[in-house]
Amino acid sequence: MAAPLRFRLALVFSVFALLSLLARSSSQDLQIANAERRIDLTSHIIKVFLTLKVENTGASPASEILLAFPPTQVDHLAVVKAAATVGKRKKKTYQPLDVNPSEQPDSPNGTKYFSVSLLKPLGKGESVTLEVFYILTHSLEPFPVEISQSESQLVYYRDSAIILSPYAIKQQTTYIKTPGTKVESYTRVDPTIHAGKELKYGPYDEQPPYSYSPIVIHFENNNPFAVVEELVREVEISHWGSIQITEHYKLVHAGARHKGIFSRVEYQSRPSISGVSSFKHILARLPPRVHSVYYRDEIGNISSSHLRTDSRKSELEIEPRYPLFGGWKATFVIGYGVPLEDFLFESSDGRRYLNFTFGCPLVETVVDKLTVKVVLPEGSKEPSAVVPFPVDQHLETSYSYLDVVGRTVVVLEKKNVVPEHSIPFQVYYNFNPIFMLAEPFMLASVFFFFFMACVAYLHIDLSIRK
Amino acid sequence: MTMIAITTHFVPRGQQGSRYPIRSCQSLTRPSMAASEDSNQSKIRTVFGSVLSFFILILIGVLAFSIRLFSVIKYESVIHEFDPYFNYRVTQFLTKNGIYDFWNWFDDRTWYPLGRVIGGTVYPGLTLTAGSIWWLLNSLNIPLSVETVCVFTAPIFSANAAWATYLLTKEVKGTGAGLTAAALLAMVPSYISRSVAGSYDNEAVAIFALIFTFYLYIKTLNTGSLFYATLNAITYFYMVCSWGGYTFIINLIPMHVLLCIVTGRYSSRLYIAYAPLVVLGTLLAALVPVVGFNAVMTSEHFASFLVSSVGTMILPSNFVVNFSLQVFIIIHVVALVYYIKGILSPKMFKVAVTLVVSVGLVVCCAVVAVLIALVASSPTKGWSGRSLSLLDPTYASKYIPIIASVSEHQPPTWPSYFMDINVLAFLVPAGIVACFLPLSDASSFVVLYIVTSVYFSGVMVRLMLVLAPAACILSGIALSEAFDVLTRSIKFQLPGLPENSQIDVSLILFMLLTIKAGDTTSSSVVTQNDAAKTNKNEDTLKERPSRKNRKKEKEHVEKTSIKSQIKKRLLVLPLEASVAAIFLLVLLGAFYVVHCVWAAAEAYSAPSIVLTSHSHDGLHVFDDFREAYAWLRHNTEVDDKVSFLHVYLSVVCLIFLNLFLHGIMVWNCSCILIVFTLLEL
Repeated sequence: MAAPLRFRLALVFSVFALLSLLARSSSQDLQIANAERRIDLTSHIIKVFLTLKVENTGASPASEILLAFPPTQVDHLAVVKAAATVGKRKKKTYQPLDVNPSEQPDSPNGTKYFSVSLLKPLGKGESVTLEVFYILTHSLEPFPVEISQSESQLVYYRDSAIILSPYAIKQQTTYIKTPGTKVESYTRVDPTIHAGKELKYGPYDEQPPYSYSPIVIHFENNNPFAVVEELVREVEISHWGSIQITEHYKLVHAGARHKGIFSRVEYQSRPSISGVSSFKHILARLPPRVHSVYYRDEIGNISSSHLRTDSRKSELEIEPRYPLFGGWKATFVIGYGVPLEDFLFESSDGRRYLNFTFGCPLVETVVDKLTVKVVLPEGSKEPSAVVPFPVDQHLETSYSYLDVVGRTVVVLEKKNVVPEHSIPFQVYYNFNPIFMLAEPFMLASVFFFFFMACVAYLHIDLSIRK
Repeated sequence: MTMIAITTHFVPRGQQGSRYPIRSCQSLTRPSMAASEDSNQSKIRTVFGSVLSFFILILIGVLAFSIRLFSVIKYESVIHEFDPYFNYRVTQFLTKNGIYDFWNWFDDRTWYPLGRVIGGTVYPGLTLTAGSIWWLLNSLNIPLSVETVCVFTAPIFSANAAWATYLLTKEVKGTGAGLTAAALLAMVPSYISRSVAGSYDNEAVAIFALIFTFYLYIKTLNTGSLFYATLNAITYFYMVCSWGGYTFIINLIPMHVLLCIVTGRYSSRLYIAYAPLVVLGTLLAALVPVVGFNAVMTSEHFASFLVSSVGTMILPSNFVVNFSLQVFIIIHVVALVYYIKGILSPKMFKVAVTLVVSVGLVVCCAVVAVLIALVASSPTKGWSGRSLSLLDPTYASKYIPIIASVSEHQPPTWPSYFMDINVLAFLVPAGIVACFLPLSDASSFVVLYIVTSVYFSGVMVRLMLVLAPAACILSGIALSEAFDVLTRSIKFQLPGLPENSQIDVSLILFMLLTIKAGDTTSSSVVTQNDAAKTNKNEDTLKERPSRKNRKKEKEHVEKTSIKSQIKKRLLVLPLEASVAAIFLLVLLGAFYVVHCVWAAAEAYSAPSIVLTSHSHDGLHVFDDFREAYAWLRHNTEVDDKVSFLHVYLSVVCLIFLNLFLHGIMVWNCSCILIVFTLLEL
């Protein structure tokens, strides 16, 4: 397995080297003076921090800077953020910049680009320092693919020792942080240093554009690979004073598949060496002042959960019915209520808006497909959602207790969601408070007519014979 | 004058008054009013009494519902062990796919190599009931899950059963007895054991259907109304849909009819109560796939030795004729005899009788001989094993060990009687005695019901469930009669006191014994029945006369009741004894309540799928079953096969729907062997 892999990588490398000679970048006049990359491999969510010092050596000012990603990484890219550093050391501040996917006409080998829009164009001879942060999911490949209960989990991470960029990079260094000291093997691209939990690639000088040097790191990672394949969050607003949230999870352990039998005795008696890559419990961060929390599945309550609340946050520690080993799945539902006044506000133009957190409340979890359904109260009109990142939106109608016309549901869908997506979004709508009284009035009138019918029946003699 | 004042005060105002015996305080304080105001007063009293008993009934319903919620409060809202899970699964299928798919459902996921035809082999009553409740709620946009509806079906129907008990007992012995019996049934442990929230099983709705069918039968018997007879057939149909126990009904009612005929109580009301039930009921029962032609062909009864001559002549003798059909024929013969008797002169009638009897006897002997030969030639004598074990308790253990091995089919022990019906066991004999004072058609039915159900419960512990309603009805009658006698004794023994204070005493008693205090009337219903019997032929057919007619009747009966009241005055007990007896009865009732609540909370509420234990550091939950089931559900492939012992099968097939299952079948011994070998048991 290892030999063909190396051969393939070498092939890729040579292809990229060839490309780098042929490539004619459109923005040849930009170059990167210094680049530093820090890759954090401690969990299954890979965080990469990139510091780029970009110089404009050309004549015309440049307002956009391109970031390049190999096609294999783009599919797993959950978040890309960029910020410009302003000021010197102590007064250093970060100005967030817009990052958008962009198409380039002559991208070699399917390279995908994101363009960072600078606040003010970079003039001739000027330089700017960019901080880029991106997250990769599903990028650790378990090897061996199947492990037994007593083994620990080893994974591959593939990347390039040299940063892929459409610009020439004068000097660059890459630091890779592994969860433990145990690294089975790694590709050497001298100078490469392995010390403790850190691998250092570089510094490399004077790399032409589109340089690529594939590396593979094979290391131990026993962090829980908790992946929610599908999460549906229903946020139901009641103007009577409560917001009810119901979350349907399909959880899976995405690490190396479990092989052989599962021994509960061994699992419980020797937790340090048995089932180290499995996980028993997950922490969910819920909003403060949460009430009526439940945790159940199709066959009833799951009794193993703990709720800790204080004034600033609530933490719900949940345990699935069984410890999750690689490849095992579990589905469950978490539901809770929060007070209305914490999340529903009235904007200056008289519209109401819900301000709620978008992402998944489970910590350190990737959600493959997230659907947020905001169920507005019956009678609300003109809903519109404001989400700080692109999502698919559409409207539905649902019927709940004693509804007549149905409730408008704003459905937001997003793929590949990571904890960084847990930021507030807003749903604006118009609502007339008189609709709150519709259902009580309906009930009251039903009872009224029922009693009237009873009275009428008792006062009418229906018998034919006198 | 005082005498009359007192009697008018305590004596019911005829039929209407007797139904709602509990007086208003207003009328108590003014006992000696002029006669013109008196009728007005009695109207208020009637209205007040009916409202009060209405609220008592509502409270009884709430009690019946809430005492069964211990399982939800102590554990959680889940379906309980085994069979309920199967029913739940069927209900899920019904709500998802509709009624027609349900009838045609062949389930290839269970009983792996063979599968099971669900639509044709289940009693659909429970499933259809819960399915309709769910459908109704959802069409009103009340989005309850199927599971929630299933969990609470049993408590809802327990409340219904309590109300049905009230109606039945009211027909037998009046309102007071009805309310007492309903309150007793609402919390009888035997019934609780099968109907706690989550125990989603056939019995939960079947007991209601059973009692309600009996009520409608008695109602028809008392009124002779064809309307109630039709309703009775429909309720019987519902019972057939719900539970195999319908055979109990279709044997008990013919037995009662036969009893009435033999004791010379034949009347046109009896005919109307019975004939439509058999005709319509049998036709309707044959519509249920699981029953089908069993409704007429097989016979779980006492057929062979009760066969009537006429019956065997008309019907082909290659199958044993259903008992109810034989009685059906008998009642027609009797009806014919009565009719001819009415037409012919006495002399001619005697001649006719001798002619028919002599011919009939000859034919009868011949047919009986043939029949005995036929019956003797078949090995099980045409009866199913389970029924045979009812008649001969040792039958199952000798011949069909698989039936005998089920714990529900064992004979009960004495402690289980005490556990399941508690103090009712002591009150039942008193109730039987009360039913004989005097004996009416209705009370003879109740006596027959208790006698047969005691026998059946003695054979099979499972049939304790059938005994429970009968025990409650008779205990209700007993308690009601006892309170009746005792409170009357106390009231008559306070002559020296001024009237006001006497009323205070009765008021206090009324408060103490909410259900019973005012009920001096239930016995007079019976006297009234007797009095009315003479001219019953005229007014039996109008069950619900217009309100004006009722008033007339009321006044008519009043006179007779006053006479009986004077008679009763001679039967009073000593004051101290009465007070002590009332105190003891209340104590007995309190003990019953405590026992029932304990049984509901501790003995019968565990869902079996989850276990708890108390230890010094709090509550421990053992959820291993569901842990395993959940794992199977989420982590197995579609075509995986899982082998399970029978009782677990139904739970498992619900919990992971997409699996083929290999269960063992109770009727297939080789299959059991395979699974036991697999499990290395």
